[in-house]
Parts: sequence; C-alpha cells; structure tokens
Amino acid sequence: MQQLEALTRDARALASGAPVLSAPEDEVARQMQICNACRYCEGFCAVFPAMTRRLQFGKADIHFLANLCHNCGACLHACQYAPPHEFAVNVPRSMAQVRGQTYADFAWPPALGALYQRNGLTLSLALAAGLALFLLMALAINGTLMGGDLDGNFYKLFPHNLLVGLFVPVFGFAVLALALGVRKFWREVSLATSGAPVNGPAAAEAADNVLRLKYLGGGHGKGCNNADDAWTLWRRRFHHATFYGFMLCFAATSVATLYHYVLGWSAPYSMTSLPKLLGVSGGISLLAGTAGLFWLNLKRHPLHGDAAQKPMDRGFIALLFFTSLTGLALMLGRQTPALAALLAVHLGAVMALFATLPYGKFAHGVFRTAALLRHTVEKRQPTNLQLGDE
Amino acid sequence: MKVDVLVIGGGNAALCAALMAREAGASVMLLEAAPPEWRGGNSMHTRNLRCMHDAPQDVLVDAYPEEEYWQDLLKVTGGLTNEKLARLVIRASSTCRPWMRSHGVHFQPSLSGALHTARTNAFFMGGGKALVNAFYRSAGKLGVRIRYNAPVERLELEDGRFVAAHASIKQADGRIRPERIEARACVLAAGGFESNIDWLREAWGQNVRGEWPADNFLIRGTRFNQGVLLRHLLDDHGADRIGDPTQAHMVAIDARAPLYDGGICTRIDCVSLGVVVNGEALRFYDEGEDFWPKRYAIWGRLVAQQPGQTAYSIIDAKAIGRFMPPVFPGVKADSLAELARKLGLDEVTFMRTLDDYNAACRVGTFDHTALDDCHTEGLTPAKTHWARPIDTAPFYGYALKPGITFTYLGLKTDETAAVRFGGQPSDNLFVAGEMMAGNVLGKGYTAGVGMSIGTAFGRIAGTQAAQAALRQGAAHAAA
Repeated sequence: MQQLEALTRDARALASGAPVLSAPEDEVARQMQICNACRYCEGFCAVFPAMTRRLQFGKADIHFLANLCHNCGACLHACQYAPPHEFAVNVPRSMAQVRGQTYADFAWPPALGALYQRNGLTLSLALAAGLALFLLMALAINGTLMGGDLDGNFYKLFPHNLLVGLFVPVFGFAVLALALGVRKFWREVSLATSGAPVNGPAAAEAADNVLRLKYLGGGHGKGCNNADDAWTLWRRRFHHATFYGFMLCFAATSVATLYHYVLGWSAPYSMTSLPKLLGVSGGISLLAGTAGLFWLNLKRHPLHGDAAQKPMDRGFIALLFFTSLTGLALMLGRQTPALAALLAVHLGAVMALFATLPYGKFAHGVFRTAALLRHTVEKRQPTNLQLGDE
Repeated sequence: MKVDVLVIGGGNAALCAALMAREAGASVMLLEAAPPEWRGGNSMHTRNLRCMHDAPQDVLVDAYPEEEYWQDLLKVTGGLTNEKLARLVIRASSTCRPWMRSHGVHFQPSLSGALHTARTNAFFMGGGKALVNAFYRSAGKLGVRIRYNAPVERLELEDGRFVAAHASIKQADGRIRPERIEARACVLAAGGFESNIDWLREAWGQNVRGEWPADNFLIRGTRFNQGVLLRHLLDDHGADRIGDPTQAHMVAIDARAPLYDGGICTRIDCVSLGVVVNGEALRFYDEGEDFWPKRYAIWGRLVAQQPGQTAYSIIDAKAIGRFMPPVFPGVKADSLAELARKLGLDEVTFMRTLDDYNAACRVGTFDHTALDDCHTEGLTPAKTHWARPIDTAPFYGYALKPGITFTYLGLKTDETAAVRFGGQPSDNLFVAGEMMAGNVLGKGYTAGVGMSIGTAFGRIAGTQAAQAALRQGAAHAAA
C-alpha cells in the first residue's frame, strides 16, 4: 500500500515536472518538516537557519542542506523527536545518506560515481595497484628492493620526469573531476539559494567557517558530539591536524616544485630546507590527525551518520595515515638499503590517494565548502517569510 | 548506606534539586521513572525560561522588570496565584542562569518565528532535552547516583516526616524488583498527572452533551507523568492541596498529533490569521482578540468545550508564510465548499459561516505585528483584529484537538518548598516543579513560566533538603 502511494506520488510529481525525490531525499524532506515546526536547534549550525528560510523542501534544497550538515551530532542528542520517538528524527543520519548520494550523483564522469558505493573496495584496489606499480618499477629499474646504488637520491631510482609524467596526469584528472562535479552541484544549488552571486563578505565568512571548522563547535564553542551527548573539541582538533597537515605536505611539494623548475635546485633537500620542514611537520600533523580521527570514528555514537559510509570514511583516514607514515619512514630511512622499497611504497600510497580523491571522502570538503558559500550568500538576502508563533 | 537526599523525578526541577543538594554537600540519589532514552519528563519538550532582567543580558534584549512579569502573571492567571511565591519565582529567574551555565546549559537568541519573546524568554540552545542532558552529565560528574526505570509508588511518612520511598525498579533483565529506599530528606518532583488519561477523564467528567471531553485530549509531553505520588500524597497522606484538577496548560494542537510526546511541533499558529469553526461548522470565539502569543494558551480549553472536542482552523493563501509551518500539511482545497467536504463539515452551514464572516470583514490596514484595524461588524462572535475575508485559493484547514501540557492540581507549599500537612510544613519533605506549579499558576499560562517555577523551586527544595538532611545527620552524630 505504501509502495503504491509512493508510486502514485512519483507519477504525479513526474506529471507536474517536479523532480522525484529519492528515498533518502524524501526522508530529509519529512524530517525537515518536523524540524521546521520545532526549530530548537537553530543555534547549533548553519543547517537550521537555512531551513527556516523555507516552507518546502525540494530536491535542490535537500542537496544543499545535506552538504551544509557537518554530522556533528548536536541536534540528534538534543532532539525530542529522536528514536525511540515515533517521529524518528535523526538529522545527521538522513543528511549523511543524501550527502553520500549527492557525491555519486554529481560525480564526473557520471559513470565513475558508482565508485562511491563500494568505496572501501575502491580504495583497497587503488592502493594495491599503486603499490604493485611502483614496487615492480623499482624492481625493474634497480634490480632489487633492498639496496642498490642509490646513495639516498631517489631520482636515481625514479627519474624526476618519470614521476612528473605519472603524477601530473593523475592529479590533474582528480582536480578536473572534482571541479566539474562541484560545478554541477553549484549550479543546482545556486537557484535554490536565492540565485544571488557570490560577494566578498559572503566569501570571507564561508572561508572562515571552513578554515576554523566553525560548525564543529556546537554553536557555543564547546565542541560537537562523538560518543555520547557530551561535547568534545577533539573532532575539530584532529580534523584541523589532518587538514592543515595535508596542506603542509601539499605546500612542501609545491615549494619543491618551484625549487626544481624556477631555481633549478634538485632534491634531495637538507633537513633544514623549506620543503623538508613543511613536509615533516605536515606529515607528523597528518599522522596525529588521522590517528585521532580514526579513534574517534571507532568510538562514534551508533546513531550518528550513515553506517554504510563507514568504509569510505575509515578507508580515506587510513590511506592518509598510511601516506604520511610511509612519507616519514622514507625520510628517516633514506640512507638505508630500504630506500627503494620505502620509496616505492610511499609513491604507491600517494598514487592511490590522488587517483581516488574525486571518488571518496575527500569530496566532502569540496561540496561542503560550496554549500557553506551558498549559505553565506543566501543568508544575506532578505527573506519573504514573516512567521509568528506562540 | 542511607542517602542524605532522595530526589523523586527526573526532569528540570528534580535535577535542579539534586544538583543544589549535592553542591551543599549532601549525598544524593535521583529516581527517574523513565528509561534513559525517555528521561527528563516534560522538560525535554521545553524551550525557554521566562526571565526577569533590568537591562539587556546576553540573549535577552531590553529589560523585563519584576513588576511587568508579575502583571503578566496576574493577567493570565486571573488572580489565581500566590503573590509571595510568584515574586519569589520571578526574582529567582533573574539570577539562576549563571548557575545553569555552570552545569553546562547553553542559551541561544530567540528562535526565528519567536522574536516577540526576545525580551522575556531565554531559549535553551538545542531545547529542553539539551538542558536535561547537561544536568544529567553534571549530576553524574558530581556523584549524584542516578537510577532509571525507578518509579516510586508510595512513601513512608511519620508525623509528616519522610522516612522511606517504595519503588519498583525495573532490572536489566526486565524484571521488576520492589525496593525500600530510606533517606534523611526527600524532594518530590515527579510531575503532574497529565499523562494519566483515566484521572483526566474523572476530573473533567461528563459534559451536557454526554461526552467525556478528556477522551479526546492529546498529551503534548511525557507518558510517565501518571500522578501516582501526587494522588498518594493527597489521598493517603492528606497533604495540603492546591488547584483545580481541570486546570492545566492546554493549547490547541493538530488533531493528528501522537497521543504522547507530540511536543512543540504539533501546535497550529494560524488561528489569528483566519477563522476557527467547531464540528458544527460554527465560529465560537474571537480569533483576533489579542496577539497569538498572548492567546495561544486559552485555545486548548476553548476547543475542549466544543462538541467532539474538535475545531478547525481555516485560512486562505494570504496567510501562507505568515505563521510557523505546522508539522503536518493542512487539508488543501481550491474552494471553500470543497474544503468543507474534505474536512467532513456540513457544507451549507460552513458556507453560511464563512460567507457571514467574509461579508462582516471591515478591512483597514492589515498588520499582523500590531493590533490592527481589520475587524468584523455585526458578527457574533466578532473578530476584532486581522479580520480579512477568506477568499483567496487555495484554502487550508487544520483539525484541532486540546493538547494538555501539564496539570495544575498539586501540593500546597510555601517559600521553603516544604510539603504541608494540616497547615504544618514538613521538616524534610519538599516539592518542586509541576507537582506544585499550581501554587503560582491557578489557571492560564505564559510561555516559559513553567521552567521558571521548576528551576526556582527545584533549587530551593534541593537546598532545603540538604540542610534538613545534614541537620539530621549532625544530630545523629551528636547523639
């Protein structure tokens, strides 16, 4: 009977030209109708103030709100309608389910969106392929994985141009795929968020929200939830360590590239050089951040988020951890006979990370930033609602 | 080990009492009838505290002086209040928030759609359940022993002194084990009897139409406030009583709301924007008498007096976007006649009612933020403000039923929160929250005052209970 009702509704929606909602989208729309009549959670994050500007929740609104949600858990623990209440409101979970769906739906090329569905497997296969590629190449070039006449210089093993030839296309593709994916998302969501163009103050506020992870602060700055209804700042701290660690590593590579091409200084660089200092601090930060996030993820309250996405979350964290670990091991073991093996393993991990960037957890940062920017634009527009209540 | 203070109940008043008693150095045990997932009684459905303040304070704008607060209370209760206790609550509301913050409660500015309360009410960030969670965490950290699934059935008293409580504790394996719990002092904060449908039925009785009105009531809050201890204290121990059992905080809510725990989201806020008819398709009260925030609390009783305890709020397209979105979609129709049919109302009567109303409207300048000049002429009952013809499709109808929030029948008390027997205050038995709110609220309601009463008297009861217990402990040690 319910199925029949759903089909009838879908048919009617199709006839009227409105996009049909998927089951997770329908669930968000149902819950938002309840939340919009309650509004107790307005102070926690951006989702609820954005919700109060709406009376109805169409597909684009739902995609927008789902990507605004940081899965912080505050509204779940505060919710008078959370399970076991018959309204069964669990905003972090329903938003996470739609979010997962939007990553796949907006993926470019569309066919590769399916990689999100079994992301743990995707990551494992990418890592195995990356490792196999570099280990076999090292073996072929050096004749052995242990030793060889390398003298701490890994360009003797993999010439600079070979690495550039391998990594630039993969990284370039990742950037392109993410950019095209988020562009599609942006276009859909812009219309639903006033359509107004981005302005300076809105961009500055969104940047601040992203870089400080404002919405893992709980609205009162005491933090968000993890294992229970107590606030914790550790999710934000470990996420910061991960994000800024990643950016430091990225900066290390960028500086090294400038050294190489602009200044003509070739690696290896000394321990006190800028690329080394950036890379080592970034690597340690990334290691600590991902270890912390993994630990928090294991202790996460079972009602938070979408359990089906755990492999994606943990796989990405693990891959980042493995990348920083092998990077640091390589730095420490550069003068040892293990150089070839360490280098091949690290490059394999980096390759797997780059190759899967557009089809895994990394996408959340890109989509959420876009959603936050649309939110800071929209909130500066006047609303046409004049609601009053008791 | 005999505990110093036993707190019976697990909502805001009980937690305030437990925390204050613990801070005063007493050992404290708290018995919550509900399991952890339903803890907190009606407090988990609340959203704010009505606060006196003489100058802007964090989330509160302007000032809300004691006298204005008192006049507001006097007006809504029609004088059925106790000035001494009411003023005590009002003054306490101006100083309790730093203490609440120290136990992890956060406040947020007035919600969008509730901006008229920005001056008078401090909103809990995340609502009452977040407040309850914070208090439980703090109580746990301070060493309050918290027991769930622990409803108390009766008390052992000796000459008005608390001796022990008899609870039925549900074990992890689901079995119920009776337990006798002694304590040096006790705070009763176990709620009103609003969840007890039989008692409501008995209290409201049968009306002239032969109906039992309470059969059609919905309970906005917890299912655990069965009033077991309230009845036990009144009937078995002859505790002094206050209030009328039919008086309660009652609002008109969506008829589709669940029987329990519908909470805030089932309210319908479009009454003043349209008309309300009963099951006979007739209007029965001035929908535009005053601002909705000042009138919402009378509509529960108004609907309870209608045939079938049902009414229908009717609006047209002009009202959309001007009131808080209801949780359930309204019944929608392209004509008023169609709306009558869809709502199951007699079409002829409905059309006459609406036509008469529409013809009687004298529309001046519509302004929902002021007591405007749009009114009816020659219509009974009149609509004195915001009267505009209901003539723009689509039309919407919402069926309403009385939603009971909490009852006012309670234990009479004084400024020490002591339970009284034959006019004498008990040495070591205290009361807080809904069980005594009727001392301040004889009838009527104004937003956030329930939490003000619960917080003020919870804190007093906790302090008094700790003093009573420690006094007794000292006397015992001396002997």
